Amino acid sequence: MSELIPIWDWQAIFVAPWTIDFPIYGWIFLMGFLVCAACGLAGNYLILRRMALVGDAISHSVLPGLAIAFLAANAWTSHQSSTVSGNLDLDTGGHGISYGFAIFIGALIAGVLTTLIIEIIHTRTRIKQDAAIGITFSTLFAFGVVLISVYADKVDLDADCVLHGEIAFVSIQPFITLGGYELAPAPVIRMGIVALLTLGLVMVFYKELLVSSFDPGLASSMGINATFVHYALMCWLSVIVVSAFEAVGAILVIAMLILPGATASMLTTRFPLVMTLSVLHAAVSSILGLHLAIWLNSSTAGSMVVAGSGLFCVAWVFSPSQGLLPQWLKRQRNSKKSIGDRIKAEVLEEG
Amino acid sequence: MTPFRFPMLGWILLILLVALNPVHAARIGDISEISVWDQAVRFFSFKDPSLRYALAGAILLGLTCGLLGSFLVVRKLALVGDTLSHAVLPGVAAGFLWNMDKNPVAIFVGATLAGLLGSFMVTRLTSTTKLKEDTALGMVLAGFFGVGICLVTMIQRLPSGNKSGIDKFLFGQAASLGQSDIQLMAIVTVMTFGLVWFFYKELLTVSFDPGFAHSVNIPTAWVHHGFMLLLAFSVVIALQAVGVVLVSAMLITPAATAYLMTDRLHRMLLFACLSGMLSGAMGAFFSFLGHQLPTGPFMVLSAAALFTLAFLFAPNHGVLMKWWARRSRSGRVRRENTLKAVFHVLEQEKFRQEGVTFVELAELRRQTLEETEASCIELVRLGYGTMPPGEKAFYLTPQGMRRAQTIVRNHRLWELYLTDAANYSPDHVHEDAEEIEHILGEDLVRQLERQLNFADRDPHGKPIPSAEEIISTHGTTQSGPSTSTGYGKSS
Repeated sequence: MSELIPIWDWQAIFVAPWTIDFPIYGWIFLMGFLVCAACGLAGNYLILRRMALVGDAISHSVLPGLAIAFLAANAWTSHQSSTVSGNLDLDTGGHGISYGFAIFIGALIAGVLTTLIIEIIHTRTRIKQDAAIGITFSTLFAFGVVLISVYADKVDLDADCVLHGEIAFVSIQPFITLGGYELAPAPVIRMGIVALLTLGLVMVFYKELLVSSFDPGLASSMGINATFVHYALMCWLSVIVVSAFEAVGAILVIAMLILPGATASMLTTRFPLVMTLSVLHAAVSSILGLHLAIWLNSSTAGSMVVAGSGLFCVAWVFSPSQGLLPQWLKRQRNSKKSIGDRIKAEVLEEG
Repeated sequence: MTPFRFPMLGWILLILLVALNPVHAARIGDISEISVWDQAVRFFSFKDPSLRYALAGAILLGLTCGLLGSFLVVRKLALVGDTLSHAVLPGVAAGFLWNMDKNPVAIFVGATLAGLLGSFMVTRLTSTTKLKEDTALGMVLAGFFGVGICLVTMIQRLPSGNKSGIDKFLFGQAASLGQSDIQLMAIVTVMTFGLVWFFYKELLTVSFDPGFAHSVNIPTAWVHHGFMLLLAFSVVIALQAVGVVLVSAMLITPAATAYLMTDRLHRMLLFACLSGMLSGAMGAFFSFLGHQLPTGPFMVLSAAALFTLAFLFAPNHGVLMKWWARRSRSGRVRRENTLKAVFHVLEQEKFRQEGVTFVELAELRRQTLEETEASCIELVRLGYGTMPPGEKAFYLTPQGMRRAQTIVRNHRLWELYLTDAANYSPDHVHEDAEEIEHILGEDLVRQLERQLNFADRDPHGKPIPSAEEIISTHGTTQSGPSTSTGYGKSS
């Protein structure tokens, strides 16, 4: 047990990552922040639409899309030249581009297919939506795992990577160079583009997304096609999930999707503020997670999720409006009053 | 209570007997270079003890998961099962840390506690905050899983200790099951079946009508918590063979398959156990064919294949079956409408003529002549009418006449019922009767007749063909005086 938790070393845990080892940990932090922020922004809409578990489903079911895209791209490149080996990253070489495309297309198809299969099962039979979600994603995920383990030599993905990713490898990826100047590791660039695009899409289509999430009826009366918005959201979600896949794996993505939004919605009900707070949550949880991972020598993505969950628990206890502690204090105060005062207080608060 | 459980227990005992019978041979993992066919032969010879453990484990977990999953599916709690199964991971890791070994009991206790803590957290989150249930489920799932992943990676990076086996809990490896695992699984399975059998009535009531259950003094909260405990048990025993990630599929998919097959809960439990058992065994078989393949995904894919079969071919709820039933029903409705139209033409002519021309029929049915002719040919093929060659006309056989009269009678009785008993105005009843005339069964028509005092005129003043009339006027060959068939019989 004593060897499980390493000794507390302030220098190594808190100072080194920001000074000597900054070239490594800086990229890891940036990648974690970009993943959390992009997922958090999209995840807010999932929470609003009560589709948190559809996000879970999509994050599982991009796996077969990814594996098939790998196999296809591999077959294609080995057809072109027999020397190239598969790699998950969109690197600068010519074949890297084709991998990148294949992976994004595979993820898009998988995302749309998941949404469609869930729809078909629960509209055509009497199976409820929750069971339909459960059946669909577990089957697709199982299919993906089978593909990975059967073609283990052709797909450069292993089961651990599928589960929790490996964000720590980000800094050793090849850098993208622009005009002879080394810019950033390729996955960070890619995730950065996806995160910026997410932010842009959210800002441009703010009204459409908001209205169709809260009131589909009003949305269609305003000429917004709610079904289209739904499918577009699912597609974009698959793109985010697949670019975050390498860093955080298939299952921890769901934490990145839900935790920021849930924490933010504990603190405020104004939607723009919720968005801002969820980005803040993303930043804080990636910093804390990074230090936790360095201290405990554990999976970085897992530690970021633990840190995010910790932040949520803090919000759960101390949130002014619905926190456990303020509620308890209020009950304590009220219990000292007479029944009449208590009712009065309740009524005043309601009014 | 219901007879199915006793053969089930018998099956469990038989499986155990086969599994625990000591025979010593090589473990599965020892042999790597071997053809698929040889592996299949080895599988069916049941000589490997580890293979028999794997198979017994797969079948036991299929039974338990199917049984408990059925309640999840009917109660719309499918994703609670998903959350619970992910939430046990930190418990598995903690149980592993207990003495740095794959001790089944320590892992069992740790995982059960973690699962219960997860389900408790979901309840607290939804009751104390404004978060919706799906968000709470997703958060508990991901948060617990994150903690679990941290612990697992920390264990894997430890410098000392027996670390092998912890990664098997992620995707499952039935070949790593040992005798003590099977014993634990068997105990849990027997206990689950016993408890479900004993509290069947309570579970049934709480699942379908919690309000009623509360009113008849069933402690609903206790039943719910007890059920969650059993569910945590079943998830935990399934972990080693299926893996944390895919256990929920073994809970949901076989039960959903059974849900499509039948409408009765006790039959659904039986079907769910069977399909769980079958997919467990198939998964063990397919993963055995390759070298070191994880078992869980293959079990899930087998379960999904069974589900697809049920989705397409289940008797009442299968998509293809429903499509076929709809098709044949719309064909029958079309035929009956043509017969009715023939009857109406004949009635206008006061039955002075025997046949109707296609032109008259087409006018009444608002069809082209070709369409009318096609539907008449169909009726002739079924023996409801004749079409003499050269004549553009259609003649009803006695059988066809009876059928037409039955439909018209259904229609007019219903119209009368709506005006007399349900106080509809006479000009509103036709549309409704158009629909119902094809559906009314014999018993219902008898009942309508009695309630309407054997009336012989419909609200529009047209005569209602009586039962005697249908049998006597045209009944020449088939129907004797004792036959009372012919009311909306669908054949």
